[in-house]
Amino acid sequence: MIDFIVRRLIAIIPVLTVVAVLVFLMLRLTPGDPAAVIAGDNATSDQIADIRTKLGLNEPIWTQFVIWIGNMLQGNFGESFFFKKTVGELIAQRIEPTLALAVCTLIFAVSISVPIGVLAAYRQGSVLDRVVMGFSVVGFSVPGFVIGYCLIYVFAIELGWLPVQGYIRIGVNFWGFLERMILPSLTLSVGFIALISRITRASVLEVLNEDYIRTARAKGLSNRVVLMRHALRNAAVPILTVIGLGIAILIGGAVVTESVFGLPGLGRLTVEAVLSRDFPTIQAVILMFSVVYVVVNLLIDISYTLFDPRIRY
Amino acid sequence: MFEFKKSLATVLAVASLGGLLGATAAEAQTLKVVMHSDVKILDPIWTTAYIVRNHGYMVWDTLFAVDEKFDVKPQMVDKYDVSADKLTWTFTLRDGLEWHDGKPVTAEDCVASIKRWAARDSMGQKMMGSVASLEPVDAKTFKMVMKEPYGLVLQSLGKPSSNVPFMMPKKTAESDPMQQIKLEDVIGSGPFLFKADEWKPGEKIVYVKNPKYKPRSEPANGLSGGKVVKVDRVEWLAMPDVQTQVGAIQNGEIDMIESPGHDLLPLLAKDKNIKLVNYNPTGSQYTFRFNSTAKPFDNAKVRHAVFVAFAQEDFLKATIGDPTYFKVCKAPFVCGTPLDTDAGMADVLNGNAAKAKQLLTEAGYDGTPIVLMQSTDLQVLTNLAPVAKAQMERAGFKVDMVSMDWQTLVARRVKKDPPSAGGWHAFLTSWVAADILNPVMAGFFNASCDKAMFGWPCDTEIEKFRDQFAKESDPAKQKVIVENLQKYWVNHPTHINLGQWYAPIARRANIDGNLTAPVPVFWNVTKK
Repeated sequence: MIDFIVRRLIAIIPVLTVVAVLVFLMLRLTPGDPAAVIAGDNATSDQIADIRTKLGLNEPIWTQFVIWIGNMLQGNFGESFFFKKTVGELIAQRIEPTLALAVCTLIFAVSISVPIGVLAAYRQGSVLDRVVMGFSVVGFSVPGFVIGYCLIYVFAIELGWLPVQGYIRIGVNFWGFLERMILPSLTLSVGFIALISRITRASVLEVLNEDYIRTARAKGLSNRVVLMRHALRNAAVPILTVIGLGIAILIGGAVVTESVFGLPGLGRLTVEAVLSRDFPTIQAVILMFSVVYVVVNLLIDISYTLFDPRIRY
Repeated sequence: MFEFKKSLATVLAVASLGGLLGATAAEAQTLKVVMHSDVKILDPIWTTAYIVRNHGYMVWDTLFAVDEKFDVKPQMVDKYDVSADKLTWTFTLRDGLEWHDGKPVTAEDCVASIKRWAARDSMGQKMMGSVASLEPVDAKTFKMVMKEPYGLVLQSLGKPSSNVPFMMPKKTAESDPMQQIKLEDVIGSGPFLFKADEWKPGEKIVYVKNPKYKPRSEPANGLSGGKVVKVDRVEWLAMPDVQTQVGAIQNGEIDMIESPGHDLLPLLAKDKNIKLVNYNPTGSQYTFRFNSTAKPFDNAKVRHAVFVAFAQEDFLKATIGDPTYFKVCKAPFVCGTPLDTDAGMADVLNGNAAKAKQLLTEAGYDGTPIVLMQSTDLQVLTNLAPVAKAQMERAGFKVDMVSMDWQTLVARRVKKDPPSAGGWHAFLTSWVAADILNPVMAGFFNASCDKAMFGWPCDTEIEKFRDQFAKESDPAKQKVIVENLQKYWVNHPTHINLGQWYAPIARRANIDGNLTAPVPVFWNVTKK
């Protein structure tokens, strides 16, 4: 197991190197000039040129790359072109809302999608099954921002139960935090619920046709025990895999959801950085997302051993 | 059980009512506003971005300021004097001016601030070109000696929009004007204090009332007069999504939106708890900018043909829609301002495609496709380029409209490459009226070749008019110069003005007191 983890961690290095090179080149080769953005609309060409020089953007592209990689290896993500703060500080400031959104979404999604997926499989062909499958089609098809606006209209504007937007840090006011997390995490979890419930249904259906399930039933075990102990546990590996892959959906969805609900998280930081061509921030945030994606999937791989003792690394 | 539930409900109701009342009392004097953008940069001299200018007005004060009619009035200055030969200006500061750290504002601070501002601002550079010396006389007085009479001293020091000559402490003002000031140096003498510890970029920026600020005795008028702060705290919240902004103001979570999208105004107008207020009656002006160095726009007659082909109303209808929020106005220095005149403009902006076609033939236009940049992510600009394309094609131009986001356009417009190799021929933008009140202030009238703004027009006649204007101090004579300039410029255009438009603020019904001014300011605003 230790060998496996070390091998996987070492494998992160080439992945991150490729991501770093791609992100760096894409930013430098696509149109856009941070100096022109910083200078504002009334700036003269000379003023823009001055800012370019100060930011080091006149250096050859490979020089810029070497400086950036060198700083990164020393744990220095650089300074944002705009905020006059280190990118590390910016990320630290913005990580809590995104982390909170991700955790709440996962809790929502898993606690809803797994039971309904299992029930849909157990009652295959029933009204419940059709409703669950119908919901999953709708959940996949409707864009997150539309769901967000609909939820805002119903629960915030019409019913007045929840706030439209904003974020309160968990340490400042827990109930305020919770109140402001419900709609965004519900919005983001809709697509996730659709995905997981569908996979859960398919996996459980497959397992329910296995001989050992028939044996369990023949032994007189209750349906609940058959489903939870024998069927779901054996169906868990594909479900976990989808949850791991879904982290990418979560990251992409956070960008939209944070904008719709005014959450000051990493998703919005990414959008702001892209729109203003804040190269150091974009590079660091994308690299960080890549690390998160790889590490989460490593943890998922490790968790397989908990559900299926046959899996050994 | 019923009794228990009933009691619990009563307790909860009382508790929540108490909570609500408590919250209302605590928040009554906090104004929560969504501005047009988040504040990322804190130095209003370093950038010309409007949001940083607005932030500047919260923290710093100015020597002079314009009133509603754009007349320049003393602000930090108590009195000023100009010698008979118009060469020596003496300024004396008001009593009781104090920086937020408690130190007194001195003439030395102001001299250093003017120098730093002038290093960045084109109007400041023009003024300093005529300055022989600028020195403090004593703690409250400083003197500016000119090489020659200069007519725009007060207009320069009272410039209302970017870059605004804000006064900063000497230590800050002596820093490199090409570098941003530091976070700890955001110390002004203005009506609000910046809360550095609460500034979270991408989330909010907070200002609190400056308890030591001594407002002028005159009533507030435009950006001039007494800056009396009537709330305890102002929070500018970063909320990029306009639909969310509207939901938040309808729900009472915020008090004001600086610029709600025009398509959402009807929705807001229907809500009895929300008022739409046009605080800036001169609004903004749409503008078509030529690259005067690129063929065929290096030929003045071809540029004039575009002027003849365009009709303002089509642009305004396509972008703003509701005529309440736009005005057809041929005056390049904006209708409703001291230099409002349409001299020389009778034959242009009438949508005369036949005349434009004839002019193109006379100019020998060879069918070179015009690379017209369209920005697609700013709602107030997106529809301008398709209208320009249609009107130009009707006049016989070939137009290649290239769509991109605004920041890509901003980066491309500073490139002097040929249009076919990554350069450009034309793009459309918008100016706040306060930036284009006269030919020296209006950046697109600068025709000093490489030193001009992108588009780089090179026209010695226009420069002569601008110099004449700068040296003239009599408003009547200044207006004559502007009329003559316009008559020349219309045949040698550097850009085309495409009409005025307005963006009202949306505010909750319990908010009042927004001043009529070219910039949104927060003194005088009340929350009941």
